[in-house]
Amino acid sequence: MIPEEIVRSPSWYESSARNRITGLLDAETFREILGPAERVMSPHLELFDLPPAFDDGVIVGRGQLDGKPVAIIAQEGQFMGGTFAEVSGAKIVGLLRAVTASAGTPDGVSAVLLLLDTGGVRLQEANAGELAVSETVRALLGVRAAGIPVVALVGGRAGAFGGGGIVTACCSHVVISEQGRISVTGPEVIETNKGAEEFDSRDRALVWRITGGRSRVLLGGADSYVKGDVASFRAAAARSRNAAPPFTLETMAAEQDRLEKRLSSYGDCRDTPEIWARAGLADPASVPDIDDDAFLALLSEREIKHDAR
Amino acid sequence: METFTIRARARAPLPGTGRQAIVGVVASGNLEILLERSETDNDVVVDVATSARGFRAVWEAVVADFVTRSSPGGVRFSIHDNGARPDTVTLRLLQGVKLLETQP
Repeated sequence: MIPEEIVRSPSWYESSARNRITGLLDAETFREILGPAERVMSPHLELFDLPPAFDDGVIVGRGQLDGKPVAIIAQEGQFMGGTFAEVSGAKIVGLLRAVTASAGTPDGVSAVLLLLDTGGVRLQEANAGELAVSETVRALLGVRAAGIPVVALVGGRAGAFGGGGIVTACCSHVVISEQGRISVTGPEVIETNKGAEEFDSRDRALVWRITGGRSRVLLGGADSYVKGDVASFRAAAARSRNAAPPFTLETMAAEQDRLEKRLSSYGDCRDTPEIWARAGLADPASVPDIDDDAFLALLSEREIKHDAR
Repeated sequence: METFTIRARARAPLPGTGRQAIVGVVASGNLEILLERSETDNDVVVDVATSARGFRAVWEAVVADFVTRSSPGGVRFSIHDNGARPDTVTLRLLQGVKLLETQP
């Protein structure tokens, strides 16, 4: 039997991309575009003798959140590491462009929810994947320029790595859980290139201490920290849709300023507890160990906020 | 990868009116199944694309067992498998028909 508590509040980390969408949107409102039965699949994986997925690991569509229309994109991190590839990338870019085109019309949406769960570009179709990432960045900024916030939700198994890390950083607001990770170069890649002395990818505590949700929200790589259940992500998505900053030159200048200050304050630190100590946290070593309630209390006590985005 | 089609006859058409459903994910040791109510009467068609070669006999046994336990007449099952064990395949098949039966 599945414990009652798990049935009642499913975990974001454990859920599939489809189940995350179901839990995030108002009941029965999701309308998928290019659903599985259309069989728009990767033309490349067969050459590598690999089974494709009916949705190529990305689900896109429209629905409602608290009665207001939203567009939604969800990557399935368990299929090929949630990778950006030709078909999956085209689905993401296509939806973002459609959102921009429909801004201010009756089909306009209140926000785009981007459920990232990706290791980055799919190596079997790397050129198409790299193009997909850059086209996604451009299309995403187009959506923001049209006045529509793009909210990133990060808490899946694959995290948001490679191009996924770059795309996350371009969003209006980033929501993350303890399990969520954001970075560009993944731990294994750093270890392969620089050695285990530089970064031991098997040291899970180290990986989460550097790339994990708590570090990201403390440093401003993410804006909202949530407990790891689907309902908490839903509440944060609804809240942050209204809290997103305008996409203006002033915001960009403030963001640049914020990042420069962060680099000059902490650029020489070797690990995150050093940063927390310098930032004045009372017990820096305990940050990864306290429970979610205590961590949320720490965030609100210290009024940790990073406005520009 | 190996692809093949298994055909069977069920005792009865699958109850309910849902047209299509999808279950599972093409993760390691897992599979996805797209179910479509596209066959006539009691016909059952199972299209398999699997990363594991040489297990057709096992697939046929799993499907035969499933068709006996359930009554999935009129349904086409399209499977993308990434090395799932037979018990996982049975579980997903049963999940799939349950979903198709109960959805509006």
